[in-house]
Amino acid sequence: MKPIIHTHDAIVVGAGGSGLMAALYASRGADVAVVSKLYPTRSHTGAAQGGVSAALGNNEEDRWEWHAYDTVKGSDYLADQDAVDVLCKEAIDAVVELEHMGLPFDRFPNGKISQRRFGGHTNNDTGKPVMRACHAADRTGHMILQTLYQQCIKNEVNFYDEYQVVDLIRVDDTIRGIVAIEISNGQFHIFHGKAVIFATGGWGRCWEVTSNAHSLTGDGAALCLRRGIPLEDMEFFQFHPTGIFKLGILITEGVRGEGGVLINSEGERFMEKYAPSIKDLASRDVVSRAIFLETKAGRGINGQNYVHLDVTPDTVNHYFKQDGYTDRHIDKEYIEAKLPDIADFTKTYLGVDPTVDPMPIQPTAHYGMGGIPTNVDGEVLLNNDTVIKGLYAAGECACVSVHGANRLGTNSLVDLVVFGRRSGMKVADYCKDAELLPLPEGSADEIMAEFERIRNNTGSVKHHDIRKEMQATMTENVGVFRIQENMDAAVVELAALKKKYVEEMSIDDKGALFNTDILEAWELGCLLDCAEVTAVSAANRKESRGGHARDDFPERDDENWLKHTMCYLQEDGSLTIDYKPVVIGRYEPKPRVY
Amino acid sequence: MKASLRVKRYNPEGGGKPHWGEYTLDGVSQNDSVLDLLHRIKWEQDGSLTLRRSCAHGVCGSDAMRINGANALACKTLVARLGSGDNVKIQVEPILGLPVVKDLVVDMEPFMEHYRSVMPFFINNDNVPEDGRERHQTIEDRERFDDTTKCILCAACTTSCPSFWANGKYVGPAAIVQAHRFIFDSRDKGAEERLNIVNEQFGVWRCRTAFNCTNACPREIEVTKAIAEVKMAITNGII
Repeated sequence: MKPIIHTHDAIVVGAGGSGLMAALYASRGADVAVVSKLYPTRSHTGAAQGGVSAALGNNEEDRWEWHAYDTVKGSDYLADQDAVDVLCKEAIDAVVELEHMGLPFDRFPNGKISQRRFGGHTNNDTGKPVMRACHAADRTGHMILQTLYQQCIKNEVNFYDEYQVVDLIRVDDTIRGIVAIEISNGQFHIFHGKAVIFATGGWGRCWEVTSNAHSLTGDGAALCLRRGIPLEDMEFFQFHPTGIFKLGILITEGVRGEGGVLINSEGERFMEKYAPSIKDLASRDVVSRAIFLETKAGRGINGQNYVHLDVTPDTVNHYFKQDGYTDRHIDKEYIEAKLPDIADFTKTYLGVDPTVDPMPIQPTAHYGMGGIPTNVDGEVLLNNDTVIKGLYAAGECACVSVHGANRLGTNSLVDLVVFGRRSGMKVADYCKDAELLPLPEGSADEIMAEFERIRNNTGSVKHHDIRKEMQATMTENVGVFRIQENMDAAVVELAALKKKYVEEMSIDDKGALFNTDILEAWELGCLLDCAEVTAVSAANRKESRGGHARDDFPERDDENWLKHTMCYLQEDGSLTIDYKPVVIGRYEPKPRVY
Repeated sequence: MKASLRVKRYNPEGGGKPHWGEYTLDGVSQNDSVLDLLHRIKWEQDGSLTLRRSCAHGVCGSDAMRINGANALACKTLVARLGSGDNVKIQVEPILGLPVVKDLVVDMEPFMEHYRSVMPFFINNDNVPEDGRERHQTIEDRERFDDTTKCILCAACTTSCPSFWANGKYVGPAAIVQAHRFIFDSRDKGAEERLNIVNEQFGVWRCRTAFNCTNACPREIEVTKAIAEVKMAITNGII
């Protein structure tokens, strides 16, 4: 079966927040196709809950420079400060623009967009948490995704829904398009274009307990890696402190923003010990480590590896009083109005009503700070200095880097609207003058052969077995706390799993129609690549910074490690590491205290 | 505990006919979701079992199915809700009224076409505020359409509707929910056009208030009420 060829100026891969934002903007100046393995509204942006930060100052003083400082501090000084300035400054316009597109934000009594407190976001003068997270109850991501999709329909953007991208067509240092499979019938398609924007999200499925959707398998990052693009800072993966115990389903930081507190088996609000100033609203890496240490010390609930997140009015009001908030008081109705989905999740999956009982939570693999290296216009970098023409990335799959070693809550949504928009604009501009370079003969041959190989391989191992083993080793060895020996073991084990993937894995479904068996098998290959780069990058970095916490190197080491990791896949299959300098601006690195 | 599943299978490739697949699973917990069980079948017994899923916690809308005769999201339906005892019996079929592509996967395009037909997007061509900031809206005006902003387009409502089963040209509850979300948004200016669309032959008047849609909605949207409000807006104007 020959691939079907389509030609568009620009091809956006992925239809979450960054992909749709990029598509909206690119389509103002170019003919754009959005190619997505899911229907757009099923993208994982829709699962984001708590808010999107912008220094609107709708209820108290705030400045984008404070947002920038908080972001840099949150990143443990690894973020590029020029990019952070762009993020925080443009967040204001981007959020206002979402409102103009109809996004139904919650409102303050004065009619302006409602904002709430969130981890790590502060008034820089007082050090107190500031109301910066613009939100629509605890469904902010859902509203962003729906609004952007609605606007794309209004603007008649071309969608290729349920087409899974499986290869990137690169010729020397130019991009010619992508190869995709039409999931419903197995037909291969080539999308030939001047520009490709990857907006494929993260790879949280590398770990056992994750907030990520099953579809978050790092496809875009893996495809770039295989086509010679480095991956930046992959050792920094965020574990969100509050996932539902065992299930990993996210419980928004907004719970703590509204006053919720973390409690151990002794009834102690333990974050007072770890972050005396902002306590439960310290940045996520700090809180996740605190939970881990509490449970390790035997203070998990019932001796197990979870603690309680308590947002019951009595508890919250008790601590408001203790913290000196004379004007804050919440009741059951307030919680139900501000956190309706959280209540729904915990009732459905745990039988717990959060207005009555505390929720059992544990850290959950949540967000990749690293990814495909880009500049502030979404242009992908081939190395530290060179842009590869025609290739762009935005959202979680990209590394600008605005999150550095640890992302602040809400900044993922800020990232995807700001840099989705910027890359869309840049692509529209690029397509005006760029010429459509010819499509090489047989552009899809290699990936079609790989699919035939997977389809016909004989062996006794199922992709599910390999995935489980990968998730176990990543959880055990490349998790919240790390040590050299374990990370080295993970590297060895992942190499063995990749060998097994090629030599021993077989699938059951040999057909063409809606073959999710073969697609899951192929996605596992992407996960293995992302896991391996993560483990190798982690084993290499001999310090603790942000989300990368080592027992054997417990301190941050700015002298030797204030630099980005750039991991390259060589032709012989080995991974090599180089470094990129961090852009420092107004904020000199200093110890991070919350 | 054990679970016995009957799953509707159909793969037209090679001329297959619809049939029931029977599966038994051991070590099932009350807290397992139907999606967990379907995954176990797919991963441990038969990789060709085909379904859509993504987020696995009820927010993406991929895995609407007919479970023990009622539409629901597989990831939000726990075994505990389907029965107790040592051997829970669970029957899973694709949602009704849309063409089946394979096993539990239906062709969503007719559903999406209805969705697009109601102009499901914000319309307001007035100038934005002079200070370049957001439009204002009162808490009460925002609350007016809150319920229908929750829709995740899973199609559980539309494919539980007898009127939709009788005639697939009916735009269906989900599309009306989407129209409602904009018609009652005080900032939106496209209400009249939308009301004209849903006032047509295959619009809101096909609704016979069976309440199946409300029962089916995994987001607990009061779908039938929203449809009634749209009907009233057509006859009496927007209140």
